[in-house]
Amino acid sequence: MKRYALFLGCTVPVRAQHYELATRNVAKELGIEFVDLKEGSCCGFPLKALDAETSLLMAARNVGLASNLGLDVVTLCNSCTAMLSDAQVKLKESEFRKKFTELGFTYPNEIKVRHFVRVLYEDIGVEDIKKAIRKPLNNLRIISHYGCHYLRPSYLHTFDSVENPHTLDELTGLTGATVIDYQEKKLCCGGSVLGVDEELAVKMANQKLSIAKNNNADVLISICPFCTVMYEDNQRKVEAKFNTTYNIPVLYYPQLLGLSLGLPPDACGLKFNRIKPDNIISKL
Amino acid sequence: MSELDPKFKYRVAREPGGEKIKLCFACGICTASCPIREIDERYNPRKIIRMILLGMKKRVLENDFIWFCSSCYACTERCPQGVRFTDVMNAIKNIAVKEGYVPWAFVQQIEILKKHGRLYEIDEFDNNKRSALGLPRIAKAKGFTQKIMELTGIDKITKR
Repeated sequence: MKRYALFLGCTVPVRAQHYELATRNVAKELGIEFVDLKEGSCCGFPLKALDAETSLLMAARNVGLASNLGLDVVTLCNSCTAMLSDAQVKLKESEFRKKFTELGFTYPNEIKVRHFVRVLYEDIGVEDIKKAIRKPLNNLRIISHYGCHYLRPSYLHTFDSVENPHTLDELTGLTGATVIDYQEKKLCCGGSVLGVDEELAVKMANQKLSIAKNNNADVLISICPFCTVMYEDNQRKVEAKFNTTYNIPVLYYPQLLGLSLGLPPDACGLKFNRIKPDNIISKL
Repeated sequence: MSELDPKFKYRVAREPGGEKIKLCFACGICTASCPIREIDERYNPRKIIRMILLGMKKRVLENDFIWFCSSCYACTERCPQGVRFTDVMNAIKNIAVKEGYVPWAFVQQIEILKKHGRLYEIDEFDNNKRSALGLPRIAKAKGFTQKIMELTGIDKITKR
């Protein structure tokens, strides 16, 4: 049994409960135990543009909570991953550490911060996941979306290749589905400019959705709640803006993996997806 | 020309994230790699760097384009000089906030986070829904965000 501290952040526990549910059920199947960071707060990322130090102190507090448990952190959101990793580096600087301590926070043990998908790749491993697949999804064509902060900046993550990433495609391939290879894997979803200029954000989301459609994808795989907000929650808006129809379901990777592990659709939270994944369920 | 502030680049270089700004030799790979630039010509990383180095402080800080950076880090990964332009943009945004240029949406986020510690408050309704799904209940995350904001002084911008 491998144990980790689970950090949920703001969006997942309220707006992406299907992601959380599928993650917990997949973890159980693969022998992963989560200890919830019940006192966890916002990772700090939304405040980074306003004041870097405030955001880093918020992030560092969360890292400190896991450190007090002596456990590595698992995150579900790409931006939480980058923000908490940033804080971890910052905790090595004495001036920052002083303020952190002044606030009554502690960081007794150095710990790792990694996205759940990275933990699946590194700690469980491709071979063991492959052995656990009970229901290969042979009839599906899948396009995977990495999102920005899963890999970048590379000075924080040191994982996979930023220009030509492969880990998520490899993991997606384990489910038995056909993985669509395409050039624009590193495209940004536009989520972080949604609050600043909606039209710009919608245009960015359109890029990958049109690539998905041109490649006849049955489903787009996301590993970040912000990317899902753009590709799933705003898909109708994108369709209206560009006068087209996509109707492409967007699943979180643990939802897809869960199905291939033989979990029922309900245990993977499929009924909570906004673009109904009927095409997937009928092909199971 | 009287609007120019030749010391602006030093100010940016002192702000966390802005340290490497003066290393730029204007190759333009940041602009070529930028997904925002591809869609919207108002945003141009190379041009922003030149404006900073030339001391066009007011024209940079008051312009909406500084909030267009999506923090994707595509430019940062490719910059041959290690300028880390995403971090430079963050430094610029932080300076803009201190100088009073801040979009209203961001001010609201400070208020929400100060109050709840998370962007979405988790109430009984959410926790009951979570329980019905078999997910653990979530505790309130209160108190400490205000302490952090008082220490860094960011809470002052909402009081303006």
